[in-house]
Amino acid sequence: MKISNLFMAAAGASLLASTAMAGSHEARGRDGHVNIIYWQAASVMNPYLSGGTKDLNAASMVIEPLARYDENGNMVAYLAADIPTVANGGVSEDLTSITWKLKEGLKWSDGSDVTAADVVFTGEYCMDPDGGCQQLAKFSDVTSVEALDDLTVKVTFSVAKPFPYGPFVGQETPIIQAAQFADCTGAAAPTCTDANFAPIGTGPFVVTEFRANDTISLVANDMYRDASKPAFASATLKGGGDAAAAARSVLETGEFDYAWNLQIAPEILVQMESKGMGTVLSSFGTLVERLMINLTDPSADLGDERSTVAHPHPFMSDINVRKALSLAIDRPLLVEVGYGKAGKPTCNVLPAPAIYNSTANDACQTQDIAAANALLDSAGWARGSDGVRAKDGVRLSILYQTSTNAVRQDFQALIKQWWGEIGIETELKNIDGAVFFGGDQSSPDTFQKLFADLEMYANNFSGTDPESYMGNWKCSEIPSPENAWLGGNMPRHCNADYDALVAEMAGTADIAKRAELAIAMNDMLMQNYVIIPLVHRGNVSASANTLDGVKLNAWDSELWNIADWSRK
Amino acid sequence: MFNYTIRRLIFTIPTLLFISFVIFFILDTAPNDPTGNLPLTIPPEVREKIRISLGLDAPMYVRYLLWCQQFFINEPLNIIEQWFNITIGDGERLRVQSWATRSPVVDLVVERLPQTLWVVGMSYVVGVLIAIPIGVISAYKQYSWFDQIGTFISMLGFSVPTFFTGLLMIVIFSVHLHWFPSIYDTTHKVTDWSSLLFQIIQMIMPVMVLAFYNAAQLSRFMRASMLDNLSQDYVRTARAKGLKEKTVVLVHVLRNSLIPVVTVIALGVPQVFGGAIITEQIFKVNGLGQLLIIGIQGADIPLVQTLTFIFALLIVLFNLIADIAYGLLDPRIRYE
Repeated sequence: MKISNLFMAAAGASLLASTAMAGSHEARGRDGHVNIIYWQAASVMNPYLSGGTKDLNAASMVIEPLARYDENGNMVAYLAADIPTVANGGVSEDLTSITWKLKEGLKWSDGSDVTAADVVFTGEYCMDPDGGCQQLAKFSDVTSVEALDDLTVKVTFSVAKPFPYGPFVGQETPIIQAAQFADCTGAAAPTCTDANFAPIGTGPFVVTEFRANDTISLVANDMYRDASKPAFASATLKGGGDAAAAARSVLETGEFDYAWNLQIAPEILVQMESKGMGTVLSSFGTLVERLMINLTDPSADLGDERSTVAHPHPFMSDINVRKALSLAIDRPLLVEVGYGKAGKPTCNVLPAPAIYNSTANDACQTQDIAAANALLDSAGWARGSDGVRAKDGVRLSILYQTSTNAVRQDFQALIKQWWGEIGIETELKNIDGAVFFGGDQSSPDTFQKLFADLEMYANNFSGTDPESYMGNWKCSEIPSPENAWLGGNMPRHCNADYDALVAEMAGTADIAKRAELAIAMNDMLMQNYVIIPLVHRGNVSASANTLDGVKLNAWDSELWNIADWSRK
Repeated sequence: MFNYTIRRLIFTIPTLLFISFVIFFILDTAPNDPTGNLPLTIPPEVREKIRISLGLDAPMYVRYLLWCQQFFINEPLNIIEQWFNITIGDGERLRVQSWATRSPVVDLVVERLPQTLWVVGMSYVVGVLIAIPIGVISAYKQYSWFDQIGTFISMLGFSVPTFFTGLLMIVIFSVHLHWFPSIYDTTHKVTDWSSLLFQIIQMIMPVMVLAFYNAAQLSRFMRASMLDNLSQDYVRTARAKGLKEKTVVLVHVLRNSLIPVVTVIALGVPQVFGGAIITEQIFKVNGLGQLLIIGIQGADIPLVQTLTFIFALLIVLFNLIADIAYGLLDPRIRYE
């Protein structure tokens, strides 16, 4: 009791002190220390060697890209002086090159100058064929990255890129220092442990100690371009434990100031928040929990031709069945059960950014079992003696697979029940995430092979441009034994009109026109019911009430603006 | 005795090689993929390149032999170089690298050892210190109220899992009372009295949770062993000689009863190095146990392989130590 009083007194005193100092809020490091907890610990600080969000976020405190996305998904120049566009001449008229200008006077944390050569080196580092760079996709179609002068970099593409902001934009592709990584290219990349654990950067913090999969200690970067930032003199990024413990440490014990990714039961989070020590924040990116319908026959009798376009699905080929499946689902209830503040019901597979969001499919928000039943009746699917519908000897019996995860299993149980009400039998299956998403060729349980009638998982795209994401559902993206089951077209959806829209988008630079095309593609998928969206999932994090300036960002690193964080 | 030890040590070599192969085989056939936990936004072609860069395209026996070379030759050479500050050959050799952190596994283990030894090791010591007196008194006053309560508490310690007691303590002492931190600070360095005090404060909860669990088991062993000896003829003889009761119990009986208990304690030491996976996770101690769990979740095969093998090595070694200790403590046992 005494100790807790002491704590209260200390907290009160520091509060007084901070109010007294309100006038002199200008010096770097004025607010002391900030404690951040990521329950998945960072393994490495080099985003090119690890694509995990935890690692990207940790690295974003130290190394920065040319431009980032803000909390609304708009691009903000970071190391670049401004955002190149066709209008300001930064992007060539034929859309095959983009020219970035660096801000003047930028310094690395070791005091040396940031030059265009560093940007060129970063590009070469990732595009080295032996490096195993995890962000290679960001550099697709890049033919050259060249320095025009000390502060100017030109990126040239082999094809017209209506959205040329792949390389060097966002947390995935920050600029690394050429001097530090010079001997670390290609196959040598993983051997440079010191550089990978403590990269020299331009960001607000510098690593002082990196304990892999545990804790990172950082101090403010003396060379940071804004002399009054960051407000914190030092920071700790602790990892380990689980989401509930991380939430507790911010919302209940107050040991930490910020906790990341709190995917826990919504009611527990509400209860923790009621203690009044912190606030639960959420933000919505493009992550959608969805059902992917298999339009091809997954029957094991087909051997090598299982789940390939050679054999259409015996009943999923009927749009009425697919539509009935969607009609029977109560999406708001799913959100309430599984995600609370961290989810919204959605009827689109492309729910964000706002300009790409279609309103044509919103009817799906209300469950309509009666309509689903009527639809199946009129399509000739009659109920048998066991209550399961059948037509021409084909029973509506579904194998429904997903990854192992408490929320997903709750969803499966609920959806199975609703489908039971419309005379569809469902068998549930769950597969360990590492296997399901692992892409192991020898495993029959990967989400690409889809040896089931439908599957559920969540997917999104990084950044704000949906072009490559919508391109997932063109014919050539269908996974099959011929392409070693690679490709993102899980429903095996193939439609010439859709492919034409994809091709048209690839040649369109005007943003309004691109939005129109993306919405048309989304509507085509939705109205054909090849993908059944369920929940638009957000990021949930918690911030202590004493922390100011946190802007939860679904489009970039959650720590994107840590330079602006301060103590209230 | 010396010959016996040498013979046993020689036998451990094929045993360990066999164990290492079995571990490798099991890990390799397990359905897991190091790129499985990456965001779905990373396309399959890039994943394939990552796999190749990790050397996963080579056949299994090649990868196993490579690991053997790295672990049995390169790592020891590296340790020798560091200890004696010399360079053997050109000093450039491939060490066992973790896939997730891209750093040498042995360095990670060395970094993790202090907190595991501090917390798990201390809990073992505390557990032993609690268990022995409780076991002695329980046996000496069999069926007394002390024995009944001791039996009840050790049953509780046996049956209540540490993830429950750990969470209970966090809710009481961190959330409600604010006495102890719920998150262990692994970067904390003990330099003076106040930092030592902080270290003790942050260690209390994890150490007590684990000590409770360990003490429950050991006190039962101690009690059973004491009971066996208390009814022996030599005890009656000692009493008949007119020795003080204290001498009879603490010198004659206790020493003889400790023999099997010491073996049990020695066999339990490898567990200390293995870390208490669940307890480390609950209190965020981030020792060897947590390292292993992260490795398994991320399909970081070199890390898991090396850690599991080190545990196997310790188990084999402490089995040998327990056998030798038994021979040293009990003159009736002689190895030839």
